[in-house]
Amino acid sequence: MTRLPDAETLLPKLAAELKAHVTPAAAMIGLHTGGAWLAERLHPLLGLKEPLGLMDIAFYRDDYAKEGLKHDPKRTRIPFEVEGREILLVDDVLYTGRTVRAAMNELFDYGRPKSIALVVLADRGGRQLPIAAQYCGAQVDVPAGMRLRLKRAEDGKLSLELERAA
Amino acid sequence: MPRSFPHNPQLNANGELQHLLSIEGLPREILAQILDTAEPFAGVTEREVKKVPLLRGKSVFNLFFEASTRTRTTFEIAAKRLSADVINLNVAASSQSKGESLLDTVANLSAMQADVFVVRHGSSGAPYLIARHVKPHEHVINAGDGRHAHPTQGLLDLYTIRHYKKDFTRLTVAIVGDVLHSRVARSLIHGLTTLGVPEVRVIGPQTLLPAGVESLGVRVFHDMRAGLKDCDVVVMLRLQNERMNGALLPSAQEFFKHYGLTADKLALARPDAIVMHPGPMNRGVEIDSSVADGPHSVILPQVTFGIAVRMAVMSIVAGN
Repeated sequence: MTRLPDAETLLPKLAAELKAHVTPAAAMIGLHTGGAWLAERLHPLLGLKEPLGLMDIAFYRDDYAKEGLKHDPKRTRIPFEVEGREILLVDDVLYTGRTVRAAMNELFDYGRPKSIALVVLADRGGRQLPIAAQYCGAQVDVPAGMRLRLKRAEDGKLSLELERAA
Repeated sequence: MPRSFPHNPQLNANGELQHLLSIEGLPREILAQILDTAEPFAGVTEREVKKVPLLRGKSVFNLFFEASTRTRTTFEIAAKRLSADVINLNVAASSQSKGESLLDTVANLSAMQADVFVVRHGSSGAPYLIARHVKPHEHVINAGDGRHAHPTQGLLDLYTIRHYKKDFTRLTVAIVGDVLHSRVARSLIHGLTTLGVPEVRVIGPQTLLPAGVESLGVRVFHDMRAGLKDCDVVVMLRLQNERMNGALLPSAQEFFKHYGLTADKLALARPDAIVMHPGPMNRGVEIDSSVADGPHSVILPQVTFGIAVRMAVMSIVAGN
């Protein structure tokens, strides 16, 4: 049984690391659903000027031809100008890198950012694309055939959990 | 090769939407899926770059055997915003007049690597016939067949109602006018009852209501004032002059007097009632200009939502 790090312990460390490097002019976008939960927690800790943006990459996925459209996609809401801005892209778990690629494609349809940095709570390796996180809470080994997911309890507490991959 | 459809011809073996032919017979979950998917697409249509790459490399053929500018245009815009290649065929003016059969036309277009056929046809059931004969990776969307169905219009009406009224299960909805000739009304009634609207009313003269319309689960009113009382949603239908054979009505003026929506009749509905119309409107026939352009009217938002709903339908069927 793999021991998973505690999300609530990782979160303040990740916030502190971000705070040391990020200026208030940067803007944050969380990826639905886990990345949005994480971003909702990180955003108020960083003193960023712009409100939080939320993105669902459903319309930009590269597996649409194989898998079809996912159910219940959410509306992407970016309440600030992307053009020329430093963007912090937040996701819960970094794995193949395909979600991040899709998110970057979508982001560029809103404008040309000055830079994009990737923030994740956990990196489980297994990259299929040349993508890396600039801010990472923890490296986690995940057994084959398992999925690492962020969960949010009713009281808002975040936790990392393993489940069988579909 | 023709395939057999053991259950619903619109659904694949996994119960997913393969073709959109009619709202009738679609489970509530699929209607909800389409409406839920249209919501983020409405967000895309508000962006500066109104395009997503979902259908990149796919070809959408708009097959219009019957003229329609608005519906064809909104399908074309929807397909282009999904990055599909769109080919518009005004079939009425080409092969059909040379005697080619419907299925031969479709087989030829299929040989040109079609992925989605958007079909409008004057005969009820034509899109079903096509759906039975297309290849497994091809999808058919009904853009209006005869008097039968116009599912994407029904869906955009449902989307509009949900947008303004949120909860279907507390609403009173009135559909007013020429229900007999309206495929829009039929699709909408099925959608409303499937989504749990407790009271759907149809209002019109006996001659413009289909016989046995009550069996669809609606209340029938011939007196418009009585029918509009306490309605949350008023859907006006176009008086379909071009579909009228024989004297169903004394005159357009007479119709307006009894069934035209005016501000004083609308005052009988709820104060926050919305007024819808599938377009094109006959001002002064079924609707007064002051209502069409008034604060209750959501007729133009309907058109905008229609693009998002068609994007949702195309991207759902093309992915299944």
